Amino acid sequence: MATLIKERRVVANPPSPEAGEVIRLEPQDDPAAVAARLPNVSRVEINFPKFGDGRGFSIARLLRERYGYKGELRAVGEVARDHLYYMEKCGFDAFLLRDGEDLDEALAAFGDFSETYQATAAQPVPLFRRRAS
Amino acid sequence: MYLYDEIDQRMVDERVAQFRGQTRRFLEGKLSEDEFRALRLRNGLYIQRYAPMLRIAIPYGLLSSRQLRKLASIARKYDRDYGHFSTRQNLQLNWPKLEEVPDILAELATVEMHAIQTSGNCIRNITTDHFAGVAADEIVDSFVWCELIRQWSTFHPEFSYLPRKFKIAVNGAVHDRAAVAVHDIGLHAVKDENGEVGFKVLVGGGLGRTPIIGTEIRSFLPWRHLLTYLDAILRVYNRYGRRDNIHKARIKILVKERGAAKFREEVEAEWAHLKDGPATVIEQELSRIASRFTRPEYETLSNQKISQEGPFGAWAKRNVHSHKVPGYAAVTLSLKKTGVPPGDASSDQMNAIADLAERYSFGELRVSHEQNLILADVRQGDLAALWREARDLGLATPNIGLLTNIIACPGGDFCSLANAKSIPVAQALQERFDDLDYQHDIGELDLNISGCMNACGHHHVGHIGILGVDKSGEEWYQIEIGGNQGNTHGGGPGASLGKVLGPSFARAEVPDVVQKLIEIYLVKRDSEAERFIEVVHRIGIEPFKTAVYGNPDQRAARRREPALA
Repeated sequence: MATLIKERRVVANPPSPEAGEVIRLEPQDDPAAVAARLPNVSRVEINFPKFGDGRGFSIARLLRERYGYKGELRAVGEVARDHLYYMEKCGFDAFLLRDGEDLDEALAAFGDFSETYQATAAQPVPLFRRRAS
Repeated sequence: MYLYDEIDQRMVDERVAQFRGQTRRFLEGKLSEDEFRALRLRNGLYIQRYAPMLRIAIPYGLLSSRQLRKLASIARKYDRDYGHFSTRQNLQLNWPKLEEVPDILAELATVEMHAIQTSGNCIRNITTDHFAGVAADEIVDSFVWCELIRQWSTFHPEFSYLPRKFKIAVNGAVHDRAAVAVHDIGLHAVKDENGEVGFKVLVGGGLGRTPIIGTEIRSFLPWRHLLTYLDAILRVYNRYGRRDNIHKARIKILVKERGAAKFREEVEAEWAHLKDGPATVIEQELSRIASRFTRPEYETLSNQKISQEGPFGAWAKRNVHSHKVPGYAAVTLSLKKTGVPPGDASSDQMNAIADLAERYSFGELRVSHEQNLILADVRQGDLAALWREARDLGLATPNIGLLTNIIACPGGDFCSLANAKSIPVAQALQERFDDLDYQHDIGELDLNISGCMNACGHHHVGHIGILGVDKSGEEWYQIEIGGNQGNTHGGGPGASLGKVLGPSFARAEVPDVVQKLIEIYLVKRDSEAERFIEVVHRIGIEPFKTAVYGNPDQRAARRREPALA
C-alpha cells in the first residue's frame, strides 16, 4: 500500500471524495499548457514513471517559480526515499511513496543535507547570497 | 587549494552518511540492483570486471600533499597499493570492497575529499587547464570559476537525474589546455573590449561513440550570468534530452537533432526567465572563493638560464614549463614510464610525490588530463635537485608531449565495458619508441588509446588514436589519425576529430603500423618544426593509408582476393 507524506508527515490516503480539479502531468508534458488553470485546481500531480527519470524536477520548479502555483504539488509514481530531498527543494510538498518504502527512512530523507548550494523553489536565495549577507 | 568552510564540510559528511544508508539498504535487499546502481555511480562506485572500482573526485585536478598522502594510505589499506589517475583528473581504485566504500568515503571526508558525482547521470567533476593560476597566457584563474561551478553542480536538486552524464570544462587562458570543445559544455574565458570577463560557451561536444566538436552558442556571456545560463542549458537538456536510448541521451544528440540554432533559441528563451534572478553571481562570492584558496607565497626571484644539456636538459626541455612569476617553473612528473600502465602510481610513489610537493612546490600539485602530476610552483634554482629525486622515483621520464606520453584508459584488464586491452598496447608502443633521441626527433605527438568506443582514453583527439574493437570475440585495434584536443600551443590546428585509417589490426601489429605512420611523417614534414598533426592536416590521410595498406590499386586487389593479403 502506497503511503502519502505531506509536510513531512505521513497522512491517510486517499481521503474520501475530493473537491476540485486534479491535474496530472507526465514527464513529457509542458506545464505552460496548464498554467491558466492552476488557480482553480486542488492539486497537481507529477508522475515519475522511472526511478531515474528526472524531468519532473524541472516541471515542479517551473510550476512554482514561473507559474506561481501555490497549491499542493504531489510526486507520484516511482517515488523513493532517495528522491525526496531533491523533490522538496524543487517545490513538491506531497509525496506518494511507491510500495515497499520504509517510512522512517523516508521521513529521515528530508534531512539528508542541512544546506543546499543552489537557488531552489524551496529556498530561492542561493547559499552564496546568504553567505555574503 | 580551496579550503572548505563549515558548510562545505558538513555537506560532504552528510553525503557519507547518506551513502552508508544506501549501501546498507542494498545489502539488506531493500534497493534493487538497478536502483543502487543509479545511487552508487553518483558516488563513483562501479561494479567492474573483477571487483568494484571507486572513482575519487579531484575537483579540477587540484590536490594538496596531505590529500595525496590520504589517497596513498587508502590505496594501501583498502586496495592493492596503487591508484590510477584518469583523464578526468580523478583517481581510480580498482580493487575496493563494496561494503568498505562508506568507510573510504569517511576517510576522504577528513581531508576535504569525496567521490561525489564522479559517475552517474549527473554533472561530473569540472575539469580545467592544469596550468591554471601559473600560466603566462592566463585570462582568469579558472580554479575560482571551477569551484563556483562545483558548488552549483553539487547535489543540484533539479539536475540530479539527467538523461545521461554531463561534463563541463573551463579554460581560463588564451590557449585551450582543457579540451573545451569536446565537453557537454565548454567555457572559454574571454575579455570584452572594456576588459570585462565573460565566457565563450560551447555545447554539445564530446567523444564516446558519437564524437562531435562542440558548437559555440554564445560568444560572450558576462561572468555574472554564468550560473543562470548553465541552469538554462541544463533545464532544456533535462526536459528534452532523449531518455529512450542510452546511446542517444547525451546533450550532443539533442543539439544535433534540434540544430544548434534552434537549441540556442530554446536556451535563450529559458534564460530570459532566469537572467538577473537570485542565482546571478555576485562579486562577493568570487572574492570569498578566491580568498579561500591557499596561494603560494612567492619569493622575489629572477629568471635563470635553465641548462638544455645532457639528461637534465632533455628533461627540462619536455617536463619543465614556463611560469608567470619570474624565477619559478611548473614541472610535470611523468606517470608514463615504460613498463608502467599510463597514469598509475603506487602508494609509495604517492607518498614520495607528496614529499616532493611539500619541499619544492608549496605542498600542492595538480593532476593533468594527460594523466600526469604537475608541481606548479617550483623555484628554477631547485630544478636540478628536483630532477634527481624525481628520476630516482621513476617520475622523470622526459616524454611530456612526446609519443610515449600515452593517454590510455584501464581497458580490458580492468573495465567491464572494454572490448580490448589498452595497457599492453601502450606498453608495446613505449617499448618500441623507448629511444629518447628518436622520440625527440619525431617531436610532439599525442597518442591516445581507448579500450572501447566510450573513449575514456580520448582516442578521437589523439594525433594518433587507437581504439579497441571486438571482432567475433577477438581483440582488434582501429587506428585514427589527425585528431587534436585543442589549440594548446597557439598556432597549428584547433580541436579536431581523427579519421579512421582503414581496417583494424591485431594487437601485435600495432607498433609496426605506428612505426609506418611515423616514417611517412618524417619523410613528408617540411621541417623539424612541422608537427605530426600539422602534416596530417596539410596532406590528408591518403599518404598514411598508402604507407600502411598499400596504394589504392593494391588495396583494391586485396579486397578482391582477401586470401592473398
